[in-house]
Amino acid sequence: MTRRAFPVAVMTLLLLAAWYIGAAWLNWPQAAETLARANKPAGFADVLAQAYAMKRPILPTPDQVVVELWSSLTGYAPTSPRNLLFHAWVTAEAALTGLAMGLLLGLLLAAGIVYTRTLEASLLPWVIASQTIPILAIAPMIVVILGNIGLTGLLPKAVICMYLCFFPITVGMVKGLRSADPLWLDLMRTYSASGLRAFWSLRLPASMPFLFASLKVSVAISVVGAIVGELPTGGQAGLGARLLSGSYYGQTVQIWAALIMASLLSVALIAVVRGLELVLLGRAGAR
Amino acid sequence: MTFPNPLDVREASASGQGSDRAASSARSPVVVEARKLSLVYPTADKPVTALSEVDLTIGRGDFVSLIGPSGCGKTTLLRVIADLERPTSGRIAIEGMTPEQARLKRLYGYVFQAPALYPWRTVERNVMLPLEIMGIGRAERQARAREQLERVGLSGFERKFPWQLSGGMQQRVSIARALALQPDLLLMDEPFGALDEITRDHLNLHLTQLWRATGKTCVFVTHSIAEAVFLSTRIVVMSPRPGRILDVIDCNSLPRERTLDIRESPEFAAIAHRVREGLKEGHSYDD
Repeated sequence: MTRRAFPVAVMTLLLLAAWYIGAAWLNWPQAAETLARANKPAGFADVLAQAYAMKRPILPTPDQVVVELWSSLTGYAPTSPRNLLFHAWVTAEAALTGLAMGLLLGLLLAAGIVYTRTLEASLLPWVIASQTIPILAIAPMIVVILGNIGLTGLLPKAVICMYLCFFPITVGMVKGLRSADPLWLDLMRTYSASGLRAFWSLRLPASMPFLFASLKVSVAISVVGAIVGELPTGGQAGLGARLLSGSYYGQTVQIWAALIMASLLSVALIAVVRGLELVLLGRAGAR
Repeated sequence: MTFPNPLDVREASASGQGSDRAASSARSPVVVEARKLSLVYPTADKPVTALSEVDLTIGRGDFVSLIGPSGCGKTTLLRVIADLERPTSGRIAIEGMTPEQARLKRLYGYVFQAPALYPWRTVERNVMLPLEIMGIGRAERQARAREQLERVGLSGFERKFPWQLSGGMQQRVSIARALALQPDLLLMDEPFGALDEITRDHLNLHLTQLWRATGKTCVFVTHSIAEAVFLSTRIVVMSPRPGRILDVIDCNSLPRERTLDIRESPEFAAIAHRVREGLKEGHSYDD
């Protein structure tokens, strides 16, 4: 345990050190200027202290971010828009809905591609092309178009998530559904099993490790998709809205707190997927 | 490794297979009949003749071994019987039916070179798989799976996953899985090829007891002379380029009941010598 913890601890310390050095370097001119304007002494230690205590720093220090995060999480009710948990939940809701939609679409496309040769030739290029369009460019279009037909709130964001999520699932499942050993397929044939039976009893279970690998990628980009989806709406709620309002008012500490919250959300969702994987495949897959 | 007492096996079969045997004695004495059977694979440079004008009759209750070097078509012949390959010319009948009809009626059980167990299923659920496909009820499925696992000496391993078993045990599970279908015809493609010699001896002894107890017709592919002579009532010697039958050797001089000791007997040596001569005649040692 300590052997594994040690390298992680060293790396964390190095990153934190780099962060503090970066914060001092980036905030230095602004800090020096503030001190000069206030006619205060501007020795090295004075400027450094000022650089680490700015209200709107270029790069806030880790302790500033942690304090902001902590006061947001503990200072307000979880249903309050001033609590980051509230925003994280709004984003997670859209991300999970989009992930579910993307999972369904990805599975249907993968099954179609695996079972129909013409679909592989006709569909796969479009699936790949869909991911070459920058999501930042297409997200506002999706919001505008869906808003125009009366769909607002969660759904446009979920559609953006789906657009990002279905790709890794399609690619992973095309490989997964083809991963069955030829001998396993021969066995199904000796049982004169139907195609549907071979799908349920062989191809689908054989593809599960691939599905979970894809899901871990999908769940993380789904959170990104939901945040991007919250930007063009003007943003009342969600981590994306929080980032946007932070940037309007130059609240860099608030932005960084929302960023940390977003990554915590992704990590938590990936952990849930990993947990599901262990429960479903653990004993069978482990060696 | 533990094996059930042969006497137990015989008793179990007397109750379990008695009706099967009474029924089979009323049917034709010929199980497999091939006439001028040929199979040519088209390849990029020139077509490969895997089977050339093969004539073979396999009687009910026979234990027939197909022996020969790699590329002599012994596995191909077995796969043609199982309808996993289609012959290019000639006739073949299984119980008077085409191989496809026989496969659709699930008349045979097939044991592959590798155990081909589904890693996400427990041992018991692997054995139950063909029964699930046949639409047999849960209670009966489980009873039959337990019976067959007991027969191959694997009681108590029902809930284990394949990776928790040794190679020899996995191959016994795959034999139990083939037996669970209760086929009259058992097709085995080098089932013990990947095992060490000690395990192989054990399984050979076990297989010959099983064959005697159940009265099934067995077709067994091997490249081991000792294994073929020990197990068979008839040995079919094959030769490559093109795949053809060189010799068919009757093993009537050996008793039907086989123990490992018979391998020291002069009759055994005489048959083994003839098989070796046959293989030499096919120049199969040249390359």
